[in-house]
Amino acid sequence: MNSLTIKNLKGRPAATAVLLVLSSLLCFAVFVGSIMVNSLSTGLSSLEKRLGADVMAVPYEAATKKKFEDMVIQGSIGYFYMDKEKYDEISSLDSVGDISAQLYLASTGSSCCSIPVQIIGFDPETDITVKPWIKKSGKKALEKYDLVVGSDLNAFVGDTLSFYGVDCRVAAKLDKTGTTYDTTVFTNIDTIKELIASSLDKGMNDFKDISPDNVVSCLLINAADGYSPEDVMNDINLHVKRVKAVQSKNMISGIASGITGVSGMIRTFIAAVWVLGAAILLLAFTMSINGRKKEFAVMRVMGASGKMLAGIVMKEALCITLAGGTAGCLLGALVIFPFGGAAEKALGLPFLLPDAGRTVLCLCLTILLSVLSGTAAAAVSAWRMSRIDAGLTLRSDN
Amino acid sequence: MSLTAENITKDYIRAGKGTNRFTAVKETDFTLEEGCLSVLMGRSGSGKTTLLNMLSGLLCPTSGRVLSDGDDIYSLDDKKLSKLRNERFGVIPQGQSAVHSLTVMENILLPFALYREKPDEEYAKQLMERLDIAQLSQVKPSELSGGEIRRMAIARAAVRKPRVLFADEPTGDLDDENTREVFDFLKEQAKNGTAVLIVTHENDAKAYADKLYRMNGGVPEKA
Ligand SMILES: Nc1ncnc2c1ncn2[C@@H]1O[C@H](COP(=O)(O)OP(=O)(O)OP(=O)(O)O)[C@@H](O)[C@H]1O
Ligand SMILES: [Mg+2]
Repeated sequence: MNSLTIKNLKGRPAATAVLLVLSSLLCFAVFVGSIMVNSLSTGLSSLEKRLGADVMAVPYEAATKKKFEDMVIQGSIGYFYMDKEKYDEISSLDSVGDISAQLYLASTGSSCCSIPVQIIGFDPETDITVKPWIKKSGKKALEKYDLVVGSDLNAFVGDTLSFYGVDCRVAAKLDKTGTTYDTTVFTNIDTIKELIASSLDKGMNDFKDISPDNVVSCLLINAADGYSPEDVMNDINLHVKRVKAVQSKNMISGIASGITGVSGMIRTFIAAVWVLGAAILLLAFTMSINGRKKEFAVMRVMGASGKMLAGIVMKEALCITLAGGTAGCLLGALVIFPFGGAAEKALGLPFLLPDAGRTVLCLCLTILLSVLSGTAAAAVSAWRMSRIDAGLTLRSDN
Repeated sequence: MSLTAENITKDYIRAGKGTNRFTAVKETDFTLEEGCLSVLMGRSGSGKTTLLNMLSGLLCPTSGRVLSDGDDIYSLDDKKLSKLRNERFGVIPQGQSAVHSLTVMENILLPFALYREKPDEEYAKQLMERLDIAQLSQVKPSELSGGEIRRMAIARAAVRKPRVLFADEPTGDLDDENTREVFDFLKEQAKNGTAVLIVTHENDAKAYADKLYRMNGGVPEKA
């Protein structure tokens, strides 16, 4: 019987090919679409994690020039400083819970990177946002002159990178995050202080009259128990001069709604492809089976029951949709994985391809969907066919 | 084993205006007996195929019963009726009836394959020899002549050694010599104990008939 399936498929190469192509196109569209939706939502949650803290406080100039937001969201590069006093001032606010300072610097060209990269120094003692990522990369603590590099940078563990004449060693590389972390270099705060000092010495820093020990760039703050992030933001903006506090949530709300929009579009697209595709598959299978009405009637004459006929056409549909679906998904994988980066650029949204497990899940669900609609289509046709007496169908021409 | 029709009628609903109920077979009693070759003749459109299909379990009568060994075959569920057709009935349908993706041999053995039974290849070969299509066993139907396909259908109907063999114009596209061959073959089957019904326009068939019927006004009359 299984060989009957194969023989039937082989015996009708044109029809088989059309159905194969149809089901593979369908799966291609659905698979690529679901991977995109997945990538965008993991991208967003990755971005949320990357922000890490409820509130971020930066020098007033940085906030007004939108410089800071661009750095976090778009990956533009820059640095700014405020007096370390601000840190103490803000820490003393009642609404402020965890707080950690970061220092920023941008490299001039470096061997790893044809373009300048963002350097972020964080304080391992108090850090709440960077360490979790670094931990994921397997590195426990950063020594002085240790670097952790983003996944998109052309530098690898063991490489030596020199910034402003200071040699540093790449100690770890982050997994891809789909955010601006992917093009960032991290150091601990001691290292970046030395880098800043060196850039000042060389006259390559935009700021002339600062002392690395007395400045911070950005403060990452979680609200204390009993306070909301909004309280923290208002507190800082009211009481601390020349500092601007922003809620992380607000900063990414534009992106989140962008992602919701694009995901929604893709979901609608998947649904449309699916409804249309299922309708086309149904039609195609129905036509293909109708074209063989006489043949099926002949099998009825020989003693095939309605169930057996249904089994025959459903097995054929199963083979076709399984093969077509697998081909479509593999083709989709060939497109989406190499060109995911391009999609990220085109969309301008954080985009993080799902891991293997999730990808396989997507793949299986897509193929399952195709198999189900194909066999359902075949089952419907078979059922309609077996309701009619074979003696009547036998009269048709083909 | 005998196959008996009791008072069967078949009405068709025809598209078109006016009274569109059309009675093709009317209140007919009919019996096929073991070892007996019945021949049914009659004008085109007189209801011969309709009667044959009802007798062979392929077309449910509008009223009346068809009894096989006393059981009403149309009261069986699809599964049982199908199995009955497979085991007891052999039907050579009117017109072309090949399964195109299968070779001649595979076509002939399909009644076994449907129920995943061990095919009787020896008997299939014997039948093919007898019907002069042995050399075609590995050929696909698209490469056969109408007469060759017809002989393949005859072999396929006989391969399970059915108790009743139905032949709806089995010689429609055969030459005189082959026609005689086929009638000889069907006569042989009857002699071996099969109940045989032949629907035909061929006058030669009369010579083979144990019983001869003529379809008239939807009723087969003994001639
Ligand atoms: N499905 C159908 N719907 C309506 N009328 C039908 C249908 N099938 C057959 N008929 C009509 O029933 C009548 C008997 O048909 P049937 O096929 O039994 O004739 P037949 O004696 O076998 O003719 P032939 O010798 O040409 O094969 C014909 O007039 C035909 O038009
Ligand atoms: Mg007829």
